Amino acid sequence: MADLATLPTRRDEAWRYSDLEAVASVWPLPAPELIEVAAGESVARVIVQDAPATGTAIRAYRVVLHAGATATFHVLNTGGKLGRVEIDVTCHDGAHFELGAAMLGTGDQTLEIVTTLNHIEPNATSNQIVRSVLGGRATGSYLGKVAVARDAQKTDASQSVKAMLLDRTATANAKPELEIYADDVKCAHGATVGELDKTALFYLQSRGLPPAEAKTLLLRAFVGSVFDGIADADEREAVEAAAQAALERML
Amino acid sequence: MLQIHNLHAEIDGKPILKGLTLTVNAGEVHAIMGPNGAGKSTLGYVLGGRPGYEVTEGEVTFDGIDLLTLAPHERAAAGLFLGFQYPVEIPGVSNVQFLREALNAQRKGRGEAPLSGGDFLKVARAQAAAIGMDAEMLKRPVNVGFSGGEKKRNEMVQMGILSPKFAILDETDSGLDIDALRAVGDGINRIMRASDKGVLLITHYQRLLDYVKPDVVHVLAGGRIVKTGGPELALELEAAGYAEVVA
Repeated sequence: MADLATLPTRRDEAWRYSDLEAVASVWPLPAPELIEVAAGESVARVIVQDAPATGTAIRAYRVVLHAGATATFHVLNTGGKLGRVEIDVTCHDGAHFELGAAMLGTGDQTLEIVTTLNHIEPNATSNQIVRSVLGGRATGSYLGKVAVARDAQKTDASQSVKAMLLDRTATANAKPELEIYADDVKCAHGATVGELDKTALFYLQSRGLPPAEAKTLLLRAFVGSVFDGIADADEREAVEAAAQAALERML
Repeated sequence: MLQIHNLHAEIDGKPILKGLTLTVNAGEVHAIMGPNGAGKSTLGYVLGGRPGYEVTEGEVTFDGIDLLTLAPHERAAAGLFLGFQYPVEIPGVSNVQFLREALNAQRKGRGEAPLSGGDFLKVARAQAAAIGMDAEMLKRPVNVGFSGGEKKRNEMVQMGILSPKFAILDETDSGLDIDALRAVGDGINRIMRASDKGVLLITHYQRLLDYVKPDVVHVLAGGRIVKTGGPELALELEAAGYAEVVA
């Protein structure tokens, strides 16, 4: 989390890929929204960040999960010159945090998802899936820190981060950061950056799909299942439609 | 129906097709046979419009239109179908979703109304049943986890649904066991054997031609058609080998 008193610089790990000019334009930031989940309870949040192209949208959440509590976050981060979603999670015994996120950016956009998972007690689990599609000169960054305290044994934290670049001028950063002080933990992380499969594109076009439709189909498949876990069907369809519209805008 | 005249094409500056001339009339099945590296697959890709396959000389007309000026999806809408030697796996995209979008894109290109989900499913199920493919596979991601035979059957299902005027089938027989070979052969006959349709069968072996009887057989070597004959030419090739017949 940022120190609220001083404007961050590139030396601050959590801001090193950010658009600091845009950050300055909205400085100082309001305090993060606090979400505290009582023992055994669960909470679900769907965040659609689709600010106008010239805007700066920084959304920050501080989540405290008491024993056995669960938080499920779904994030579509697609708007703004700078669009940034920060989630700082503290997990007590047996808590679970789930993130399904998509970053869809083009033009000069800077999009960021910054998560910090503090596993301070044993048996907590977290699962983060992030899919980015970036075109133009956009930058999409995922910074995922996992801190496992000394006695937080049986922690199971996983991150799966994949980015697709539509243009060679776009940039994807994926940075897992693990700080582990316990010895019986699982922290899996995987990151890939790729381009659209040209053979698949030709295959789809040879069956009659125009290039833009073929690309949208492949990108929709790539972003795929990140929003499947949204329980409310109307909410899920709204997010999927917003993601589809964002993809079509990029092509 | 399909007229190829003096076609030259290259990949990365390397000439592959060197003056290929060929005419397929409506109602005919032509087989193209030839040794490895002769340019058989290149011919298929050039006709399908695959990026990277550059035509440097010659013309191709399809039903009187200049095929080479069309983008791949426009060639499909004009009625051309390219069967792939290695059908591509597309994770996350279901067969039905892809085929319905493809068919409706083609119909739109021809100024026809789109097919509803229900009507499309009927057509798709009928085509799957005709080729002996489990209808459940229509719901699975395109070719993902399909065996070699299942992929080729899936190509036939696609061809049946799209119902093209002209099919270019690139080694559709490779990797097939006897049963799958017969099923694919029957599929080609059922879907494409008609007085207003045409087929270009690209193959290494005579065995597919036992099921799909060609009207004309061409031997492609060194980027050109070096010999043309009737069905007996395929048998001759099988017995004597390419080197003997081409020499």
